[in-house]
Amino acid sequence: MLDQPAEGYVTADGRQIGPVVLELKNITLRFGGVEAIKNISFDIREGEIRAIIGPNGAGKSSMMNVISGFYVPQEGEILYKGYKRRKMPPYQVARTGIARTFQNIALFEGMSVLDNIMTGRINLMKSGFLKQALWWGPASREEDEHRAKVEKVIDFLEIQHIRKTPVARLPYGLKKRVELARALAAEPQILLLDEPMAGMNVEEKEDMSRFILDVNDEFGTTIVLIEHDMGVVMDLSDRVVVMDYGKKIGDGTPDEVRGNQDVIDAYLGVAHE
Amino acid sequence: MLYREAGDFKTSYASDNQTFPIRFDRYAYWVVMAVAFLVLPMVMNDYWANSIVVPFMIYVIAALGLNILIGYTGLLSLGTAAFMAVGAYATFKLTTAFPAMPIYLVFLLSGLVTSAVGVLFGLPSLKIKGFYLAVATLAAQFFLIWLFTRYGWFFNYSSTGQISMPERSMFGVTITGATASSTAVYFTCLIFTVAMAWLARNLTRGQMGRTWMAIRDMDIAAEIIGVNPLIAKLSSFAVSSFFVGVAGALMFGVYLGAVEAGEAFGINKSFLVLFMVIIGGLGSILGSFLGAAFLVVLPVLLKILLVDNLGWPADLARHLEIMIIGALIIVVLIAEPHGMAALWRTIKDKLRLWPFPH
Repeated sequence: MLDQPAEGYVTADGRQIGPVVLELKNITLRFGGVEAIKNISFDIREGEIRAIIGPNGAGKSSMMNVISGFYVPQEGEILYKGYKRRKMPPYQVARTGIARTFQNIALFEGMSVLDNIMTGRINLMKSGFLKQALWWGPASREEDEHRAKVEKVIDFLEIQHIRKTPVARLPYGLKKRVELARALAAEPQILLLDEPMAGMNVEEKEDMSRFILDVNDEFGTTIVLIEHDMGVVMDLSDRVVVMDYGKKIGDGTPDEVRGNQDVIDAYLGVAHE
Repeated sequence: MLYREAGDFKTSYASDNQTFPIRFDRYAYWVVMAVAFLVLPMVMNDYWANSIVVPFMIYVIAALGLNILIGYTGLLSLGTAAFMAVGAYATFKLTTAFPAMPIYLVFLLSGLVTSAVGVLFGLPSLKIKGFYLAVATLAAQFFLIWLFTRYGWFFNYSSTGQISMPERSMFGVTITGATASSTAVYFTCLIFTVAMAWLARNLTRGQMGRTWMAIRDMDIAAEIIGVNPLIAKLSSFAVSSFFVGVAGALMFGVYLGAVEAGEAFGINKSFLVLFMVIIGGLGSILGSFLGAAFLVVLPVLLKILLVDNLGWPADLARHLEIMIIGALIIVVLIAEPHGMAALWRTIKDKLRLWPFPH
């Protein structure tokens, strides 16, 4: 099924795909008696856009939560950059260079867009408590430097006009974009996007697709994506994992997955004799 | 000079980040400072200083502290007065144990002691939040006051159970004790209030403030983007308690002079500071000033109006005051959850467009 060389390859559109950066091995996740994820293994290569698809309740978001450290699987292991990831709280996972967005927008509603995005840089800002309290040289300089970086993200996602607006006042589509900005501000190596286009109209989807491709292209960020819009998924992604009822039923390039009988059955249903 | 940003171009991120982005506000700030430091001490009499200005400033510091905890971090506390008592008793113990220590340093150290106690009682916040946390802090309120009235060590085994502030001076000026002039008291409170407000502003506009607000607005998302909830919550408790402790130290050291824990730092005082924060505006530095001013001035105004001018009995005026505050809390919570500071913001937004609102 997959026969790309281990050290990486160049895609048809000229993007460099590297070796495997994150590998999930035999992950099983249970909530009480319910098995949300059943013995799933797949890998994510550096620089690729990897999609996870499947019908509702397939366990896609649970998978995302496992990667971002929010859920700890009962079985299986996660290899990140070649090393087994020990059990760690989510904020430490964030520090290893994994950022994410949420299916139901999880912005800080009481803060301005700028403050939300600045919060994304938490792991990169170093000045200590006392320096901040006195707003003393290094602290205010650091604030300005990071502001400059955040302004680049704001430019990139074309949200300059709302940078001082409280997030609570923004429409849905813009909130999604601000959430992407907050994740990008962390300068992640792996970016997890949980349904970035849910509830968007065609135009907003096109914008968002463009941003995802640009992020991947310009910063070389590895992207893991959950999405229901098949057109978008097949267009954007390099490889697709298909889940159904917590099991992996397909894995491969969009074309391979499209031709997979199990996948077709899962989406269209099977005639029972 | 009109109230707006137009024409006042910001060319650096530092100037865009400043506290008062509008030129008029910057001038207003310097005018207020000049009045506070130069004009007020000359024109104010002792009655005004003691009944309004000094308690106002002390409550501002306490309200700033509580606002950091409730307004910025979203952790509810009902133990404010107990933490003020910690500041007061720390001041008493420190200054009687080390009489030579500069009194301002004593106030700051008392704040630090309160910080440590605050972190200790903030530990439950790691597991519980909202209403249940409020109940846990209520335990701090009753336990600490019980401790201070029960154990003689805290009040140096005085027969009355009270602590009273000995006379202390700095640079030849008597600052505490019965002979301290009201000018010295005024300037002590003013210096602390300005410094603490400046600290609060710096902390809340930087990364620390953003992690606090992130915890307040959505703690799970905050944790996933890299906020360590343990550090965020406990640092908020530490800073908040530091402010409250300094307020308690000043309340005892320069304002009341003699204190009995149960009387001066009862649950009523906790609620008073909480009301200041709610009426003034949650999550706003200015709100702490407005709330403290309102609740300090209101009783004095009512007393002048009802008792002195209309000849009502004093207890009736007092009851009326409680009713007014109660009604106001309900109105504020329903109509304007962000308090007087939000009203002020609305006024500013309107002013920017005035006189052509379209």
